[in-house]
Amino acid sequence: MMDMNIDWTAVQTLVWTLIKIMALVVPLMLGVAYLTYAERKIIGWMQVRIGPNRVGFQGLLQPIADAVKLLMKEIIIPSGANKGLFILGPILVIAPALAAWAVIPFTDTLVLANINAGLLYVMAITSMGVYGVIVAGWASNSKYAFLGAMRSAAQIVSYEIAMGFALVGVLMAAQSLNLIDIVQGQSGGVHQWYIWPLFPLFVVYLIAGVAETNRAPFDVAEGESEIVAGFHVEYSGMAFAVFFLAEYANMILVAALTTLMFLGGWLSPVPFLPDGIVWWLAKTGFVLFLFLWFRATFPRYRYDQIMRLGWKVFIPITIVWIVVVGAMMQTPYGYLFH
Amino acid sequence: MTYTTAIFYFFAAILVFAGLRVITARNPVHAALFLVLAFFTAAGLWMLLEAEFLAITLVLVYVGAVMVLFLFVVMMLDINLDKLREGFWDYLPLAGFVSVLLVIEMVLILGSRHFGLEVMGTPAPHAADYSNTKELGRLLYTDYVYAFELAAVILLVAIVAAIALTLRRRKDSKYVDPAEQVKVKRNDRLRIVKMQAVKKPVAGEGEA
Repeated sequence: MMDMNIDWTAVQTLVWTLIKIMALVVPLMLGVAYLTYAERKIIGWMQVRIGPNRVGFQGLLQPIADAVKLLMKEIIIPSGANKGLFILGPILVIAPALAAWAVIPFTDTLVLANINAGLLYVMAITSMGVYGVIVAGWASNSKYAFLGAMRSAAQIVSYEIAMGFALVGVLMAAQSLNLIDIVQGQSGGVHQWYIWPLFPLFVVYLIAGVAETNRAPFDVAEGESEIVAGFHVEYSGMAFAVFFLAEYANMILVAALTTLMFLGGWLSPVPFLPDGIVWWLAKTGFVLFLFLWFRATFPRYRYDQIMRLGWKVFIPITIVWIVVVGAMMQTPYGYLFH
Repeated sequence: MTYTTAIFYFFAAILVFAGLRVITARNPVHAALFLVLAFFTAAGLWMLLEAEFLAITLVLVYVGAVMVLFLFVVMMLDINLDKLREGFWDYLPLAGFVSVLLVIEMVLILGSRHFGLEVMGTPAPHAADYSNTKELGRLLYTDYVYAFELAAVILLVAIVAAIALTLRRRKDSKYVDPAEQVKVKRNDRLRIVKMQAVKKPVAGEGEA
């Protein structure tokens, strides 16, 4: 007999973790599909249109039809493209967008990996998403794609700083990097949520989140009227769909993080109702609705104004508020900031 | 071979391969991307050493920010590596001297006689709730606070110097002051003139 001392507990852990990852990714992908549907319906209503209503009841099967269509389409690789990197681009975009979900808690027990540096992990992983955009833009060997990639890279790097500082405020209030501890620091009702003491940081985080995900009104990286579709102009079929999936997965991620850090996560706003994942879903859904509302309302920012907003408005606001929080925590009123 | 050792060799192999490709890749963009891979793998190795704060910071700072800007620059420049490599043999003696020096230094420090397992022992693994971040923060702000503040001041000076070096007022471009733009009132830009909607018909022209 061969040496057969396979560590069965390790195999069991591996299989169990894979099942848990599937249980996380499948609902997430469904969420992404129906977020596109919600976006088209909501923006339709805001613009006094009906929105998709042909496939299935009230158009409910439209995202499935879109997915099938994109899967059937040919993926065209431009002859001048750098083939390896061209294919690597979408992978580098979707991988961090999914990997960041590993540490997102849904309730105080429902989380894939409860690590004590969860917040840092999310920041580090999401900061890698920009590589996919740059690599895709460069490998396409097209002027529009390259311009889009450059714009996107500069924008994401700029807003990441403001976003990071906003998170520093949360971390000072919660005194922990663990996302579950951060939520539990906000227990006791709606008045305990960090949105109140950290309101400027909440606003900065939300707007920087819109900019980080390249959503309107900060979508100059795609800018249809100027550079056609930006970094993914040369992509077709499923390769394009992967960029699309990543953008929406990132949107849900930013909404979920806003919920966890400023809106009390799964905690109920009033003491007489039980806590639960329902609150998490409702709050995240509300933040996502804000994203769609922004898109329907605001015209696209000019590029230099985006840079000015990021560097000259948001970063000073966050630095000042961090100093305010730090100073207040030393006074008898410090309990207001915990 | 335990699971951890297997992972270590896997990561180490990727790291060495990526490091080699950084200096051998013909395309500078590929080289920069291999450097990103090297950083990321090094972060994985640090994670194995239970240095999770340093590992995540390496990804956050070097992969997430520094290398993005580096890639940004490399993509915009038209670098011809063959031209850069022309003087390879001329520089070889100097480069060889520097690398031999580096190897000697590393042997002196990393030699197993002073820093081997017999001397240092295996560090005790920490419990799951041990926070590396907290310990590092405590050390930085207590025992090493002067060194930390000095480093911060030096970095600040570097930031100011970098901005001062690149700051220039361009006279040929139309500069917009957003503060003034926002402050503009309707009356500054618009003058409402009262006038009749229809011109009075001139006498004698008849009905049109």
